[in-house]
Amino acid sequence: MNLFSDPRWGEALAHLPDYLGSHVRVSVAALALGLAVSLPLAIAARNRPLMRGALLGLASIVQTVPGLALLALFYPLLLALSSVSLQWFGFSFSAFGFLPAVLALALYSMLPVLRNTITGLNGVEPSILEAAQGVGMTELQSLVSVELPLALPVMMAGIRTAAVWVIGTATLSTPIGQTSLGNYIFAGLQTQNWVFVLFGCFAAALLALAVDQLLALIEIGIRARSRVRAGLGGLGIAALVAATLVPSMAGTAAYIVGAKTFAEQYVLSALIAQRLAHAGLSATTREGLGSNVIYQALVNGDIDVYVDYSGTLWVNQFHIGETRPREQLLAELKTMLARQGVTLLGELGFENAYALVMPRKRAEALHIRTIADLASQAPTMSIAADYEFFSRPEWQSLRQAYGLKFRAQRQMQPDFMYAAAASGEVDVIAGYTSDGLIAKYDLVALTDPRQAIPPYDAIVLIAPKRAGDQALRSALQPLLGRIDIADMREANLRAAGGDEASSPATVARWLWDKIAKP
Amino acid sequence: MPTPPLEEGQLPLGQTETAAAPIAFAHVGKSFDGGHIKAVDDVSLEVGRGQFLCIVGGSGSGKTTLLRLANRLIDADTGHVTIEGEDVRDADPVALRRRIGYVFQSGGLFPHMSVGANIGITPKLLNLPAAEIASRVDELLDLVRLDRAQYGNRFPHELSGGQRQRVGVARALAARPKIVLMDEPFGALDPLTRDALGEDYRALHKKLELTTVMITHDMTEAILLADRIAVMRTGRLLAQGTPAELSQSRDSYVIELLSTPRRQTERLNVLLPRDGAA
Repeated sequence: MNLFSDPRWGEALAHLPDYLGSHVRVSVAALALGLAVSLPLAIAARNRPLMRGALLGLASIVQTVPGLALLALFYPLLLALSSVSLQWFGFSFSAFGFLPAVLALALYSMLPVLRNTITGLNGVEPSILEAAQGVGMTELQSLVSVELPLALPVMMAGIRTAAVWVIGTATLSTPIGQTSLGNYIFAGLQTQNWVFVLFGCFAAALLALAVDQLLALIEIGIRARSRVRAGLGGLGIAALVAATLVPSMAGTAAYIVGAKTFAEQYVLSALIAQRLAHAGLSATTREGLGSNVIYQALVNGDIDVYVDYSGTLWVNQFHIGETRPREQLLAELKTMLARQGVTLLGELGFENAYALVMPRKRAEALHIRTIADLASQAPTMSIAADYEFFSRPEWQSLRQAYGLKFRAQRQMQPDFMYAAAASGEVDVIAGYTSDGLIAKYDLVALTDPRQAIPPYDAIVLIAPKRAGDQALRSALQPLLGRIDIADMREANLRAAGGDEASSPATVARWLWDKIAKP
Repeated sequence: MPTPPLEEGQLPLGQTETAAAPIAFAHVGKSFDGGHIKAVDDVSLEVGRGQFLCIVGGSGSGKTTLLRLANRLIDADTGHVTIEGEDVRDADPVALRRRIGYVFQSGGLFPHMSVGANIGITPKLLNLPAAEIASRVDELLDLVRLDRAQYGNRFPHELSGGQRQRVGVARALAARPKIVLMDEPFGALDPLTRDALGEDYRALHKKLELTTVMITHDMTEAILLADRIAVMRTGRLLAQGTPAELSQSRDSYVIELLSTPRRQTERLNVLLPRDGAA
């Protein structure tokens, strides 16, 4: 099949106005804020070595924080700030999406701007500064009409670097709820849609390149004292910004369905959005949200509905160490959720729990059926899991319950774990019970007779502001209890297919056809 | 650009005595590095109206520091500096600098501004109308003998060293100051250009009735241009007076300074005999 005749290119293109527009808006806002803060700071610090050292040091430290972590940090920070402001000043703001993304990216943009502005200003020859004083300029006049114009080429180089960094890093703002070109990349990585990944990478790279070149035009114009070139560059930037201000179609939908960063969530959010649309309720999805962000987003009403898992909430949100039998845990969870105004509408009918998984043939040969069987052989084996598993309480309790000890443990992108297990690169993985790849690679999930791992029922949660929304409830009612583990596994397998039939919307339609049959 | 030498008349020393000297230093001291380095040490010196004073000294003699004290590029630690009778400490430094012309050692032209903009900068800071500034710039280009059509829109990097210093002089004169301070203005130029510029400036000094203080390390240049010469060494004023008065000095350093031009003149007379005279 021709790579470019793939219909997913068209699908990707359809998202472009929304994704690109949001991406440019958040980047430009961050860059503008970064400049507005950095320039005065740099000017104030240029003749103060102590302040200069402190500023550059601080900005360098910020730079060493990985972009994703910086963005993620701003979410809880703003949440706390928002609740403080609610307490003290009687208003709160959304800590979701645009605001944390802009703040984190602005912080990220500061180092090159600060450094180059200070370098540029300090690079002005002392004799020129003395001449400015000597002809009778005030300090401000000297700064504005001599120092800044002379430092401008160096400053522009810093601004260009900052722009490229911000545009690149903005792709990471997807998990905190800011739509960006990163939506392609996160969705593509999770659903093995390489067309999306490529599209997102190219779009972000092209955007960065275009902005860089426009800024270069301004810089050259300034260097060569050519107003025409500088003006053209400025016009180009202005046109880019103006184009993104044309209101996009997204955001007009009444209901926003949230999805975390893995394929199953993409499929389920598409399914919910389709059901809502079917009931005449306009709905859109907000995908790729971080696991910790999504629940707060629901509580704050930034999203209206999403699917979570009982064990995840139990451990991550309510920080309860010991587990409970399935029904009891659900009931307790429902009460705790209700206290925060969140409605637990019901279970979908399947569990997506952690499970220790290994190749079926090997398990049979070694007579391993339960985790207890595994424990005696574990010291000669290696285990791989996703990035969070080894720091989760489940891992603690598994080790305690069965005395598990492995020869080596590795962290891995979840999509690649199953293949690694199948190929024998690792012996055991901590997989997910609803993952279709378990069947595909002929793996087996070991049973957990001592119930060390809490139940992970997929449950539908509704935002406090939609608590009394009967139309929403009845639209989702047909889904409750209808999706069994086999259907979900197959849906997940389809979603990971890597071809045009594997888009979340297509798989969601397949899943609905499957469960709607009487 | 050779120019006809200007009349080398005897200097009208006593002629311009008025109530207050344009520039006066009284027991002025200035040290740097927390008092470790005495750049200017108890210097008293008056510059009369219309006078052309050269301050001569080696590097580190404090001559540049003394000049900067006059328009408050730096402030004195002790003593008083007065301009037209007014203590500079009571003056607004910015306003003071706008009414004193200053020519910098390396020209000090703003590289991002055209020649015209450089010359017109002080009038612009004084908020003069643009048309007036433009005609003043042309006038000054004529005055420093640069073609107004050719040079007004050029940038400093497109000029030769001598042309840059001409622009520097024009800029210093733009706001019609009565006092001009010059910090080794011609030091970096080749001898021919230097001679021509010196003579040209000397003519302007006379024509515009300026009071000029010029720093130089070159005694020959000082003798040829100045009405009076002040000799400085390690922050102290060793001697001052007309070239003739200085030649009577018994200070060994002053004698040494004067011996160089004398010796050179004798050597030159021997080496370059006027045609057939030798």
